[in-house]
Amino acid sequence: MSLHTLTIHQLREKLRRGEVSSREATQAVIDRIAAIDSKLKAYLWLNTDDALAQADAIDRAGIAKNGKLLGGIPVAIKDVINVEGQPCTCGSKILKGHTSVYDATAIKRLREAGAVLLGRTNMDEFAMGSSTENSSWGVTRNPWDLERIPGGSSGGSAAAVTADEAIAALGSDTGGSIRQPAALTGCVGLKTTYGRVSRYGLVAFASSLDQIGPFTKTVADGALMLRAIAGHDASDSTSVPQPVPDYTAALDRGVKGLRVGMPKEYFIEGMDREVEAAVRTAIKRLNELGAEVVEISLPHADYAVAVYYLVATAEASANLARFDGVRYGLRVPGEDVIDMYGKTRGAGFGEEVKRRIILGTYALSAGYYDAYYLRAQKVRTLIRRDFEQAFAKCDVVVAPTTPTPAFKIGEKMDDPLQMYLSDIFTIGANLAGICGVSIPCGFTSQPKLPIGMQILGKPFDEETILRVAHAYEQGTEWHRQKPAL
Amino acid sequence: MPDMDISYIAHLARVELSEAERSKFAAQLKDILAYVAKLNELDVSNVEPTAHATPLTNVFRKDEVRPSIEIEKVLKNAPEQARDLFIVPKIVE
Repeated sequence: MSLHTLTIHQLREKLRRGEVSSREATQAVIDRIAAIDSKLKAYLWLNTDDALAQADAIDRAGIAKNGKLLGGIPVAIKDVINVEGQPCTCGSKILKGHTSVYDATAIKRLREAGAVLLGRTNMDEFAMGSSTENSSWGVTRNPWDLERIPGGSSGGSAAAVTADEAIAALGSDTGGSIRQPAALTGCVGLKTTYGRVSRYGLVAFASSLDQIGPFTKTVADGALMLRAIAGHDASDSTSVPQPVPDYTAALDRGVKGLRVGMPKEYFIEGMDREVEAAVRTAIKRLNELGAEVVEISLPHADYAVAVYYLVATAEASANLARFDGVRYGLRVPGEDVIDMYGKTRGAGFGEEVKRRIILGTYALSAGYYDAYYLRAQKVRTLIRRDFEQAFAKCDVVVAPTTPTPAFKIGEKMDDPLQMYLSDIFTIGANLAGICGVSIPCGFTSQPKLPIGMQILGKPFDEETILRVAHAYEQGTEWHRQKPAL
Repeated sequence: MPDMDISYIAHLARVELSEAERSKFAAQLKDILAYVAKLNELDVSNVEPTAHATPLTNVFRKDEVRPSIEIEKVLKNAPEQARDLFIVPKIVE
């Protein structure tokens, strides 16, 4: 029996019935990682003894049988979320050898729900990138085509779940870093509403945009993971004190009577024809299932990338000031403390991180603040209003997650602007603070690569996007197809 | 649009850049700034800026003494430490 291929729900049932132990399930996933991760390089760190010890403790306490949400389920964690006692490098050599000294709130909640915290997954350095090529520790490969990128920045978590190297995983989404890799690898990726999941213990990139969310094999699994990690946290003043619903309970309500908005700005010239066709067919399917499809407009969609690369870099330039060689991470000695800062950061940060720090510092600097940063924040207001007005006409917005399938490793590395434009459809949701889920909706033909559709919803309306995603998934087989590895 | 003074900005950001990085970034950032200039197409004179997307304002908590992370843990990853302190190069003569 191949336990590593199971969903959370399937494994949970077996654990509950006592057919398997958490140790057996965890061992099966570890064996899978040992067999294939040399090809994918989804993991940066895995401690077999530690994972099995966690599983044994859960088996002894009977957590898998007592109804805990994730009792005994092995879960992988993006290398940007602190797990006490495990390394946390954010994909950066500036944090080489760093060990977390506390649990992020999302991790604390996973532990309380009984999850086994397997190991650390690869990512673009400090979550800056769309391909996982910006990791200091090497690129992760797409399970469907090893010559291609898995998307980013949470490429390791996406590849791990798709390739059955984890039952589920956590990632973070600042401009699409969960939805985009989920789309490009063919799994389910949920970007939660800003404020839904505590950011305490998530190493900050752009604080007004970052959110933690799950990667799973099915929509129902995503609902379960969200229920485990969501909710107010006194340690994060931006987490919202709003009750956490039972996301699983809403899944089976169907889409009859729901209005699905199709934004004309998300079906554009230059996008891949097979991607466009697959998403249009999927929307037709939602219509057949009883949803009403309405055309909507997001008039400022075309400005989202420009706003994002000013707002996100400005916030990053401030957040990454903490990596200065004083309290943790690399230190390169200098003549004085200022010289030490410059040398440490010059040697420790990779190229994309430095480029963004420079851009963000420029956008905030005297004489340019109004022209760049303040103007970007104002256009952000217009983008947010676009979504508010759209949601007056529809319950969810449905669009392609990405304009193209996974691109080749190296293809966009010398052209940062082209790399940024690959996030064109995902960034708007972060700027507006709304929720979104990407689900598989087809494959390209030659080569065979996954296509993702994103379903965006109102703030704190994860129930409705998951319900629509689940209704679509029930009638399809895309999510059951597995890459040959 | 004025060209960015990369050396000055790098100094503000406390990031030492090599000569090669400076010239590479200068060209790339010029492209990126030309792209973001499209924001000038919009009239935003009557638009309020959005700093964040939460519905919350002024989140306060009681000013109470609570335990924080233990000193040994705080210092665990320090590049240099002594007597429960982070050691840095001399700052004041």
